[in-house]
Amino acid sequence: MNWNLFVTELTAGITHGCVYALIALGYSMVYGILKLLNFAHGDIYMVGSFIGLAIINLFGGATNVHVNVVLMLFLMFAAAMLGGGLLGVMIERFAYRRLRSAPRIAPLITALGVSFFLENAAQLILGAQQQSYNSFSWPSSPIALNGFVLPAQVHVSYAQIIVVAGTIVLVVALTLFVQRTQTGKAMRAVSFDREAAAMMGIDVDHVIVVTFFIGSALAGAAGVFNCISYQQVFPTMGFQAGLFAFTAAVVGGIGNLPGSVLGGLLIGLAEAFSIGYISSTFSQAIVFAILIAVMLVRPSGLLGRAVVQKV
Amino acid sequence: MDGGKDIPPVRAAPQVGVDEWVASHGERREQRAGVLGRVQTELERVPRPAFYLGFGIAAAFLPVFTNNGYIIRVGFDTLLYMLLALGLNVVVGYAGLLDLGYVAFYGVGAFGYAMLASPKFGLHWDTLLIIPVVVVATAILGLLVALPSRRLVGDYLAIVTLFFGQFFVTVYQNGNHISVLGLTRGYDVTGGPNGIPNVDNFDLGGLKISSLQGYFYTALIFFMLALFIVYLVDQSRTGRAWKSLREDSLAAEMMGMPVARLKLVAFAFGAAIAGLTGTLFAGLNTAVFSADFDVPTLIIVYAMLILGGAGSLGGVILGALVVNVSLEVLRTPGHATWIFYVVLLATLLVKVRPWKWLAIVIGGTVGLGYAVHAIVSAAWPSSVGGQTSVGATLGRFLHGWVLHPTNPRIVGNITFVILILAILGLTLLHGWQRRLAMIPTICLAAFVWENRLVVEPSITRLILIGVILIVLMNARPQGLLGSARVEIV
Repeated sequence: MNWNLFVTELTAGITHGCVYALIALGYSMVYGILKLLNFAHGDIYMVGSFIGLAIINLFGGATNVHVNVVLMLFLMFAAAMLGGGLLGVMIERFAYRRLRSAPRIAPLITALGVSFFLENAAQLILGAQQQSYNSFSWPSSPIALNGFVLPAQVHVSYAQIIVVAGTIVLVVALTLFVQRTQTGKAMRAVSFDREAAAMMGIDVDHVIVVTFFIGSALAGAAGVFNCISYQQVFPTMGFQAGLFAFTAAVVGGIGNLPGSVLGGLLIGLAEAFSIGYISSTFSQAIVFAILIAVMLVRPSGLLGRAVVQKV
Repeated sequence: MDGGKDIPPVRAAPQVGVDEWVASHGERREQRAGVLGRVQTELERVPRPAFYLGFGIAAAFLPVFTNNGYIIRVGFDTLLYMLLALGLNVVVGYAGLLDLGYVAFYGVGAFGYAMLASPKFGLHWDTLLIIPVVVVATAILGLLVALPSRRLVGDYLAIVTLFFGQFFVTVYQNGNHISVLGLTRGYDVTGGPNGIPNVDNFDLGGLKISSLQGYFYTALIFFMLALFIVYLVDQSRTGRAWKSLREDSLAAEMMGMPVARLKLVAFAFGAAIAGLTGTLFAGLNTAVFSADFDVPTLIIVYAMLILGGAGSLGGVILGALVVNVSLEVLRTPGHATWIFYVVLLATLLVKVRPWKWLAIVIGGTVGLGYAVHAIVSAAWPSSVGGQTSVGATLGRFLHGWVLHPTNPRIVGNITFVILILAILGLTLLHGWQRRLAMIPTICLAAFVWENRLVVEPSITRLILIGVILIVLMNARPQGLLGSARVEIV
């Protein structure tokens, strides 16, 4: 057995899976509260990635960064999460809010429109070509981002470690927020039954705005992760990432936060191993097959609970 | 409705067995007064098929009036889009299934035709044989896609079909080295990025079709046939069942309708129409590439259906016509600019009342434009060094009114973002504040249009499609002709 290939794909899968997990969390949160499939969510991830790239370029470009690396990472995350969050809130306010009691098809098609609009507006502003940059080398940084070598000659970059560690921090923070704070409690209540929550005096609008902000900020952070670990940014990248992340949310059980993380890791690993062992072009087909299988065998997802429809 | 209406006479108590709401249907309908109202009532008396037939006859005269190949080509494309929207209307408009993999079936039709009638595999079947084969094959494929989805509600179905559509694009793109589970050698099935070239023309039982006119009439005949079939189905038991499914699938199931089977049939029906359209596409273009069956096509067809009104056959015709012709016009910057200002002016005329305010808004916009132009051009002479997109009188006016910087790209991008924010802000304001805020927003819009949007028509078209979807869904979800309520199941 080729251990090098196996461990390489394992680390790549976990890194990719973390990115999917973060996007899936936002999908799952919004779906849990509004029962809306927010197609534009993947495009917020794209915008977050471009914000991260803009910060890198602001400090001299990827090959020649002239500030402290920790400061720059902090700025990247702050800007991308804030930018992504605000974009999400704006989308909710201007595109979805009026459609809350409309037939379900209306917000879905609006979401398609928003996604299409964001993608093409990004193409207009930033150009359609891929912006890739070869590697990070931060001369003035205390730590080199080149990484270290695992057994079996597998190279792990610090960027991958930052992705995994950052995901853990964000997921823990989100869990604490949802479980411990008053707003988190309100979010769970609205997700459980929006009408009843409103009757109990919960400001539903406020909760929805907070949900969109947090979910979109996570997508923005995922964009920065993409920025530092894959060094490739382009306007249509949100589409497939959004598709995979939604699959992750469904596989884990939509509306269930630990499920989204599990689903994200699963999809990331499935993608990486299918690239490594089968074919890079048909990794999409593998993920699609997983989605179909989960929907047929366990439509409520791995960790979700079955919902009984009341008449 | 006028406000000073008399109190309506008290109606007699409702009869037993007659729902009051149903009984008062005639009174509730919005009736226009005057000539327009009479025209409307008269038009409603004409049976629907007469309109469709009228459209068909009118369309048939297009190649008679013009020899311009470009116009006939646009007409042909519009007919293809009408067919596509017609099929999507069955799936989305009637059955209420959000199918986001719809264009994949279109692609299957096109590639199916191309494989059976090209030197690719040395097959040159008769078109009259290919069309039934392709249509049946896409219908079966539609059934297969819908099978795992039949238990799924709205969004899940949407995501499965979206995935399916993406999967098919991948297959088309990489179909030049398909191997069975990586065990056999790679077979070339779809030509991959090169597509399938040298596809035969239509050969309908000896009647060879090679001219553009011929294809136009073939497409028209196909469309009219499909339209009447869909119309008949719509009027049938199945059509009514679909609509009940769309309104409330749970209730429909309680009434004993075979919900799962109805969904499958709708899916297959829509897929078959898309497959048929694909054969026409491949026949005229004589080459097929995967890029034509990707998400942008899907969104354009959706925009047509939504604009016309989902669930309405007339809406399909109107939506496809409006969207496709507008997209074509937007290709030429000169025409696009005219359209932009005419639409802007028309919107103002319709939306801004009373007349006093209209005068203030238009006058203010023109005045502000000239003022800004005068000040900025005096300060930075390079801000007027650019070119206008249109010549003649409008061009001269625009040159004096809107700034055209020598290098508009960056400033255009920034103002584009500001413009979006300004338009969003405009929706938050009301009354006189909104009208006043319109003045700088319109100036800004003109600036962005002149300097950024019109320069890149291919992206601008797609941006506008996205905007159409968002705005229509928020302002008028039923589209131009649709029914007010279309629900997905």
